Amino acid sequence: MEAVAVSLREPVDEFSPEQWGKIDAIIAEHRTKPGALIPVLEQVQGISGYLPEVIQRRVSRGLGIPLAQVYGVVTFYSFFTMKPKGRHQIRVCLGTACHVRGGHQVERRLEEELGIQPGEVDKDRLFSLDIVRCVGCCGLAPVMVVDEDTHQQVKTAKLDQILAKYRDQEEVHHG
Amino acid sequence: MVALTIDNLAVEVPEGTTILEAARSVGIHIPSLCTLPEMHHSPGACRVCVVEVERARSLVASCVYPVAKGMKVKTNSRRVREARARVIEFMLSDHPRDCNICQKHGNCELQQVAEQVGVREITVPCTDFTVHDIDDSSEALVRDASKCINCLRCVTACAEVQGVFLLTPEGRGFNSRVVPALAKNLVDSACTFCGQCAVVCPTGAIVEKDHTDLVWAALEDSTKHVVVQEAPAIRAQLGEEFGLPPGTLVTGKMITALRRLGFDRVFDTNFTADLTIIEEGNELLHRVKTGGKLPMITSCSPGWIKFIEHFYPDLLPHVSTCKSPQQMFGALAKTYYAEKEGIDPASIFVVSIMPCTAKKYEAARPEMNSSGYRDVDVVLTTRELGRMIRQAGIDLAALPEGDYDAPMGQYSGAATIFGATGGVMEAALRTVYAVVTGKNLPSLDITAVRGLDGIKEAALEIGDLGEVKAAVAHGLGNARKVMDMVASGQADYHFIEIMACPGGCVGGGGQPLPASDEKRRLRAGALYQDDSDVQSLRQSHENPSIQALYDDFLKEPLGEKSHHLLHTHYTAREV
Repeated sequence: MEAVAVSLREPVDEFSPEQWGKIDAIIAEHRTKPGALIPVLEQVQGISGYLPEVIQRRVSRGLGIPLAQVYGVVTFYSFFTMKPKGRHQIRVCLGTACHVRGGHQVERRLEEELGIQPGEVDKDRLFSLDIVRCVGCCGLAPVMVVDEDTHQQVKTAKLDQILAKYRDQEEVHHG
Repeated sequence: MVALTIDNLAVEVPEGTTILEAARSVGIHIPSLCTLPEMHHSPGACRVCVVEVERARSLVASCVYPVAKGMKVKTNSRRVREARARVIEFMLSDHPRDCNICQKHGNCELQQVAEQVGVREITVPCTDFTVHDIDDSSEALVRDASKCINCLRCVTACAEVQGVFLLTPEGRGFNSRVVPALAKNLVDSACTFCGQCAVVCPTGAIVEKDHTDLVWAALEDSTKHVVVQEAPAIRAQLGEEFGLPPGTLVTGKMITALRRLGFDRVFDTNFTADLTIIEEGNELLHRVKTGGKLPMITSCSPGWIKFIEHFYPDLLPHVSTCKSPQQMFGALAKTYYAEKEGIDPASIFVVSIMPCTAKKYEAARPEMNSSGYRDVDVVLTTRELGRMIRQAGIDLAALPEGDYDAPMGQYSGAATIFGATGGVMEAALRTVYAVVTGKNLPSLDITAVRGLDGIKEAALEIGDLGEVKAAVAHGLGNARKVMDMVASGQADYHFIEIMACPGGCVGGGGQPLPASDEKRRLRAGALYQDDSDVQSLRQSHENPSIQALYDDFLKEPLGEKSHHLLHTHYTAREV
């Protein structure tokens, strides 16, 4: 049963043709497979960074799955997000050890520095901030992870330096 | 068959029966707030139906647990009673405590089950309940997710019964609630406003938007001439609001009640149902003779219209251009009736009583103002009319029988059966046959299109037309099946009747609650009884008031006035 008709509206496009090409290829690969929705969303989020309305509509149409069902799955699993992520994703650990050893100060300092709350992205979409519960290296507490880099025994005074490193990368990248 | 004992009673039921159903078969009513076997909905979500099964590790949810040979079940042990009360306590601990002023008060299953399981205090900590925004964006339905208990009945009704797939659970834990896709407001979504979600909701989380205040205000305004029309199904439903058995025909008492409420004229949507048959029947003949788009599909059901606009916009040319009887009535009340009685149409206020929530939406559609005024000013559901009659202290059952006012109150039996699935088709075929052959059908009862089968078919030899093939579908899930056939060219029908709600209007989103197929059947029976036993005329074209309407005002079917006042157009919408 075809439950989804074509949307008549063309959304403003924040994704590149390359990204759309990859997204459509993922959808096409899974089109006829049962139980494809979660793996498709996972892989698509890897391309697009997050799962806004326009992406959910594309997945719904492409897989022939009602939009409501796509949305239900996206909101059920905390791994999926409808909020954009920064080009650099900061995750502050507030597991037991980090909690005891000053993780909260790190979190508060980052909130002030970036002007955002956990779960949000700054207005340049450079940094996003999330809280995680234990990344499995309690001996190094307090820990924050930026992208793939783990920063150990973080001191609030040193946060400026850490952030500057990623800002500099951007400049080099764009320069 | 499987033999087991429930509360020491020997029970024998077919394999695959759930404990809950087995218990009900021997008169034990295990409470549940989620299961609805008629709709094949048993998610095991509410946990109120727990029972003790001997040697089972823990209590089990009887609505999903199948019976087994030799099983020993206790449905009324202390352990079961305490567990059920605790489940309800947990629900109430995260629920607004405004029962006395809730629209669902008295019809709320959560209230009823709380009473049944004997909750008298809430012992779990509950400092506050989760508050969600209220969605009152539409004219038809109001969603208050704070009252949602996540039974998921509305999700099943929307997806499996109606094929709309709009509603979904969102999030998890205390933040979990049911929303339209992407958490849009109903008015920004593909909602058809059929209201089947409100019919199955056990609490006040989805209800009709109450417009009784607007009607009271109009009735109290001496500058307004307030006329009322009632859909065919109302006369077979309203009694239930006052404790009469389902299937009681209360036409005359309803008329008296409306007059006592203060309406200046009591008219009948059945009058314009007869008119619809003349216009739509002629449209069908015109399409057949001129090679127009076939199959032609009925347009009476506003939930169905919204559905096809969203999901099959390419097929809109198949839909009859006739307005629904409700809208035809409004347009004529402010033109034909206004002229005939010398009343300023600006002062005429048209109220509809409908078994339907989508009619509220239909009346508010911007194109529904062909008289220069909004065709229909306010639409009330059967439940809202019941509320007004109760507020006025009127004892419906004790009322004398009243009669409809002229010139928009007379109707044929063909009109009254519009309220049941297949009724429009039967009424249309009676008149088309008579128009084409000059003779009446040998039997006016076309039983092939009656009853609750999801999709019904009939074929009839009609004079020069040859064999006319018809199909009837009710419930939008069945409509989807028929539309897929039309889209793929497999449907060789001439005429298709589609009603959005299961059972047709007798099962509409505005019907008295709680609903069941048995009630739908009994209400339809009352309408067929009105047709065969009460009405002397059984064909729309025989209605003298309709003949007078054409002689004095419209002149001819599909004529210029009809085109302007009685026909409409549709809008393709996105999903």
